[in-house]
Amino acid sequence: MSTSFYGPLDPAPDAGWTDAPPRKGFFTDTSICIGCKACEVACKEWNAVPDDGFTLLGSSYDNTGALGASTWRHVAFIEQSPASDVLNRVGDSALTGDRNALGTDTTKVDLGMPSFDLPGMAVGADGRTDFRWLMASDVCKHCTHAGCLDVCPTGALFRTEFGTVVVQDDICNGCGYCVPACPFGVIDRRVGEKGVTKNEGIAQKCTLCYDRIGDGLTPACAKACPTTSIQFGDLDELRERAEQRVEAMHAQGISSARLYGEDPTDGVGGVGAFFLLLDEPEVYGLPPDPVVTTRDLPEMWRKAGLAALAMLAGAVAAFAGGGR
Amino acid sequence: MSGEPGTRRRKGGGGREHGEQPMVPPAEFTSYYGRPVVKASPWEHDIPAYLFMGGVAAGSSLLSAGADLTDRPVLRRTGRIGALVGLTLSMLALVKDLGRPERFHHMLRVAKPTSPMSVGTWILTLYGPFAGLAGTAELLPPRLRRTLPGRLLGWSARPAGLTAAVVAPAVASYTAVLLTNTATPTWHAAHRHLPFVFVGSASAASGGLGLLAAPLSEASPARRLAVAGAVLELAVERHMEAGMGITAEPLHDGHAGTLMRASKALTAAGAVGAVLGRRSRLLSAVSGAALMAGSACLRFGVFEAGQASARDPRYTVVPQRERVEQHGRTRSV
Ligand code: SF4
Repeated sequence: MSTSFYGPLDPAPDAGWTDAPPRKGFFTDTSICIGCKACEVACKEWNAVPDDGFTLLGSSYDNTGALGASTWRHVAFIEQSPASDVLNRVGDSALTGDRNALGTDTTKVDLGMPSFDLPGMAVGADGRTDFRWLMASDVCKHCTHAGCLDVCPTGALFRTEFGTVVVQDDICNGCGYCVPACPFGVIDRRVGEKGVTKNEGIAQKCTLCYDRIGDGLTPACAKACPTTSIQFGDLDELRERAEQRVEAMHAQGISSARLYGEDPTDGVGGVGAFFLLLDEPEVYGLPPDPVVTTRDLPEMWRKAGLAALAMLAGAVAAFAGGGR
Repeated sequence: MSGEPGTRRRKGGGGREHGEQPMVPPAEFTSYYGRPVVKASPWEHDIPAYLFMGGVAAGSSLLSAGADLTDRPVLRRTGRIGALVGLTLSMLALVKDLGRPERFHHMLRVAKPTSPMSVGTWILTLYGPFAGLAGTAELLPPRLRRTLPGRLLGWSARPAGLTAAVVAPAVASYTAVLLTNTATPTWHAAHRHLPFVFVGSASAASGGLGLLAAPLSEASPARRLAVAGAVLELAVERHMEAGMGITAEPLHDGHAGTLMRASKALTAAGAVGAVLGRRSRLLSAVSGAALMAGSACLRFGVFEAGQASARDPRYTVVPQRERVEQHGRTRSV
């Protein structure tokens, strides 16, 4: 039993599907993401996902914040530049009275704001700064070993024939257990107005457009992505394509390119929706080494059994001691 | 906003406020605008309240069964009623905490060993009716006891109480797995020890209830269970924290830290009082109350520490980074 809790496997047949189609998934190549958020919008439109608030978060162009019950695609924006360090230093020296550094020489500080030119055009290759803008469209990973699915006590979360993980809205009773069980912080219970907000009180997340792929269509986000940063297809094929892409990038000298979640021997058995990243996972808000906690469940049950026996023995001893 | 994207930030080690040595050197880590990596459970205070009341119910069933067999009527009555009340309040809390309370019975659709909540549902389904029967028998007004249903209930009280007692330890220990089988850093890091801490806490609290309600002439089994439970809880909790690395910090910081300190003080004082109060009804009762309060603080403290650990990306990222640096990325084969 413990082997199907952990380690590489094909999840749909493991869940009892016979004649399952090839496992489906996403390959999100963040190196070609332009941060247009078409995926976020298309997902909301197709799946009729309610709004997730209209606040400005002050984190670059990201005002969505994180994945959640009403955010099934989330585009992260990371501004990396020695310039932000320069700015900090400018601020520090302003406080200590070094007026010279106070932004009088503005060419030193390039915030990387959008312009009508191509990046670096105005200054030429030599004048380009080290500024870099990372963008990544995050989504439910559709884990091979999905913590959310393992702990679901109603069977509302289930494994589809495509190897994906989907919530049945009419079964979920909103116990909320899947929320802390997900090692990626993806799934959440929808907060809203009772009787008004769709699926209020119920766990919600990406379905990999179960309704669309069942009809041979591409999921809404992948369909809308104008740069093919989000690619949908058979997982085997996507993994091959991703390998080639990383090799090509390494050959071009982009050594920071790496795959995330593609390895079937990792702590969650590999994921169905994996990524090409340009920095460490935690920079994008992803866990660096996720492990499904079900791996440790046999040990946990053993310890709980021992503890229960200890309590029973303690109670027997308390009476066996005699006396009043 | 702490934790600039893509920049390394430094933060001190644990126990900062109360002059302890940091448990590990301050670790550098990166986060996305300081936002959490994993999500904290959406559970409210119903859940730690349930952990406490379920523990009281479980221990009380054990005590009442023993009292029944050794002819201690007040302790038996206290235990059975305590279990009934604890069970009823537990059920109400569990249903109330659901996003869709009217669908609580969907829990009975499946039985899944991978879901501690499903296992717990079935443990409670087994335990509840028997504990309920024994408790109801105690509460039956004398007038009704002579009727046929009343007599049947009276006869069934002992077998029901004994059956409940056999299942009761599982009620007390599974709740630890409920918390530890999550990606919540402080809960999961406690997975080897928390079941022992929780059964200790349940024993201390239910023994405390016995001390509070039973006369000195009947209380000694409750006293022994309470003291043994308190010692187990305090000792294993200490050991547990020592092995948790930085994920032990939330057990010391903030509101959770206050609760944990209160729990330790109340439990230790209650245990000492229970030992010294063998001949004093008053001291026994006060100690019993302290033990119950200590158990409640422990449940709320552990719950809140976990919630806090999920909200701070440090507790997710740093242990994983350390693991990768020491052993490489986790591989199943
Ligand atoms: S990423 Fe989280 S929500 Fe998605 S399948 Fe894995 S455990 Fe479930």
